[in-house]
Amino acid sequence: MIYLDHAATTPMRPEVWEAMAPFGSEAFGNPSGVHGVSRTAKNALEESRERIASIIGAKPLEIVFTSGGTESDNLAIKGAVLNSTARQGLVTSAIEHEAVLETADFLKRLGMPVTIVGVDPDARVDPDEVAGAVSDDTAVVSVMMVNNETGTVQDVAALSEAAKRANRDVLFHTDAVQAFGCEAIDVNQLGIDLLTISAHKFGGPKGAGILYVREGTALEPVIHGGGQELGRRSGTHDVASAVGIATAVESALDDRERFETEISAIRDHMERSLVDEVGDLVVNTPKTGRSSHHLNVRFPGVRNETLLMLLDQRGVAASAGSACQSGAATVSHVLEAMGLTPDQARESVRFTFGWTSTLDEADRAAMIVTDIASRLR
Amino acid sequence: MSGGVDSSVAAALLQEAGHDVMGVTLKLWSGPNGETPTAGCCTVSDAEDARRVAAQLDIPYYVLDHTDDFRDGVVDRFVHDYAIGRTPNPCIECNRTVKFDRLLSRLDDFECDVLVTGHHARSREVDGVWQLMRGRDAAKDQSYVLSMLTQRELSRTRFPVGELTKSEVRAVAADMGMRTAAKPESMDICFVGQRDYRGFLHDVAPGVFASGSVVDSDGRELAEHDGVAGFTIGQRRRLGVAVGEPRYVIRIEAGTSTVVVGRREELAVSEIGLEKLTWSRGSGSDGPVMAQYRAHGETAAGWLTEASLIFNEPQEAIAPGQTVAFYDGDVVLGGALIASAR
Repeated sequence: MIYLDHAATTPMRPEVWEAMAPFGSEAFGNPSGVHGVSRTAKNALEESRERIASIIGAKPLEIVFTSGGTESDNLAIKGAVLNSTARQGLVTSAIEHEAVLETADFLKRLGMPVTIVGVDPDARVDPDEVAGAVSDDTAVVSVMMVNNETGTVQDVAALSEAAKRANRDVLFHTDAVQAFGCEAIDVNQLGIDLLTISAHKFGGPKGAGILYVREGTALEPVIHGGGQELGRRSGTHDVASAVGIATAVESALDDRERFETEISAIRDHMERSLVDEVGDLVVNTPKTGRSSHHLNVRFPGVRNETLLMLLDQRGVAASAGSACQSGAATVSHVLEAMGLTPDQARESVRFTFGWTSTLDEADRAAMIVTDIASRLR
Repeated sequence: MSGGVDSSVAAALLQEAGHDVMGVTLKLWSGPNGETPTAGCCTVSDAEDARRVAAQLDIPYYVLDHTDDFRDGVVDRFVHDYAIGRTPNPCIECNRTVKFDRLLSRLDDFECDVLVTGHHARSREVDGVWQLMRGRDAAKDQSYVLSMLTQRELSRTRFPVGELTKSEVRAVAADMGMRTAAKPESMDICFVGQRDYRGFLHDVAPGVFASGSVVDSDGRELAEHDGVAGFTIGQRRRLGVAVGEPRYVIRIEAGTSTVVVGRREELAVSEIGLEKLTWSRGSGSDGPVMAQYRAHGETAAGWLTEASLIFNEPQEAIAPGQTVAFYDGDVVLGGALIASAR
């Protein structure tokens, strides 16, 4: 199987699995406790926190462990909005992940002001538009660093700066789930208050993520309980996960240069092959300001549902939009926000590369894709 | 694969016979607000049942989105038919437009040779001509809902379960340890679910309900009603009429929003007008046929022409919008939509 769906998830790096193993057996403790068993777990947890913090330029206590990207997005946005005393709301973009958009919808139903800013055909958000949408009624702005479907990269520093010009107290959150591993992330350089990372997107365990919360930022917790994570996220810690996240974060950092050069070259190579072989192919991923590993393309006249099925039968794993509860593919809201019609969105397929991708895979996949696409037209 | 025991066993039988099988479930309806149905036919849990059977058989499994085709060909049609005073059979329209048309036309794209369903019917090739026949289990026979199929469809479809009785099907499923072996059949229209169809129409097309009069066959007004869509031919209850003896809906005149009721004798139908007549073998000629005009029912003898069927004996309560299937013994000759009845 040639796996080209790394944006959905990635295989765990072997060193991550190895690092996590002891925490299921001998180091099984609950970090919240007095005795030595707890202390061992607590030490490992806090050490993981420090390792992660140092890589993104944060302080350890600014790192909150969560169950992943979706939870982090929920905590960042609900936490900020529900913590504000006046009925302040949210400004976000039309291309965000459902974890942000569904949260926005929920808050809107609760009566908070919610503004969704549109994007250009490259799925780029305009800082001036964000500044225009932010008011005294805005508690938080959320714009993702790299879009999961097209790989469009936003200028987060500019967006945050624009938002804070309009309301200097507004918090800026960015979902960096697709960005970590390919973009340099320093929370101070970016000038942001909240940042979401999800470990399974860069070789770490699933159900594991973090939310960076700038010191002094008050959030209403989404999960109440025993008060772990300084009250921000209750629940017994999964120390194995925390260690897994830290190990994956370090491996991804070590690998970042390779992503920027090698992996992006592999992606570019597949793009060129497809463009050369498939006459009227349209590339949805923007030419500039793109991630190192996303390739979203449209095959006019071809149903992505059929193409993906046949690719699966021929051993290539790719995707389109997200799957609904029954398993059918849905029309991508991101592509529609960029200006594609539903029919055009239904002709689009996403290939995403990762730490295991090779040039040979890209070559073979391109041939298979070309063969199937030409037959289906 | 609907998640039911018939399609589960159909997949298993074909696989056992050595064929390369791929399972698909059709996503047809998202509810008026885009939600996936959790009651009625073709729900998320049905898709789950299908997926599990596919996993058990170790065959590729996909969910295909045909919501647009279904909305256009089945749901819109359903609403339109009620608006013009007909009683539609949406499952037949689904077969006609979605399953054996849109889905069938994708077979080549999928690099598949035949489409297999769990319908209780049989097909066979005799001297190069494909024949559709009743399933072996007369009580479960579904050839009626397949009566619109012609050579184009029959040549690329197989109905493996038609050779078995329903209990034999369940036995095969139980033997294989399928969880769907004892699953009850769904009797609901998949997009209506457990609601009354009137509730569905009120939600989706309230304009279909225009008030009018209930009259007797002399034209005398007996009551008021709030929409012809709430009535079907032969209906006895909920007429809002009390004349001391039963009355039945004998005619629906959608144009004037009038429902005509009469005595039982007035339900007699001697001739039906036909639309969308198809012959299994591609063409046919006027002549005597055995006609079945209910999903499960006896056949009645009649004389068929391109435009109508004249029954030898009067039949009772036939609703325009329903389907009539023509048989020669167990072989399906063709079918048509009932456009009018008198």
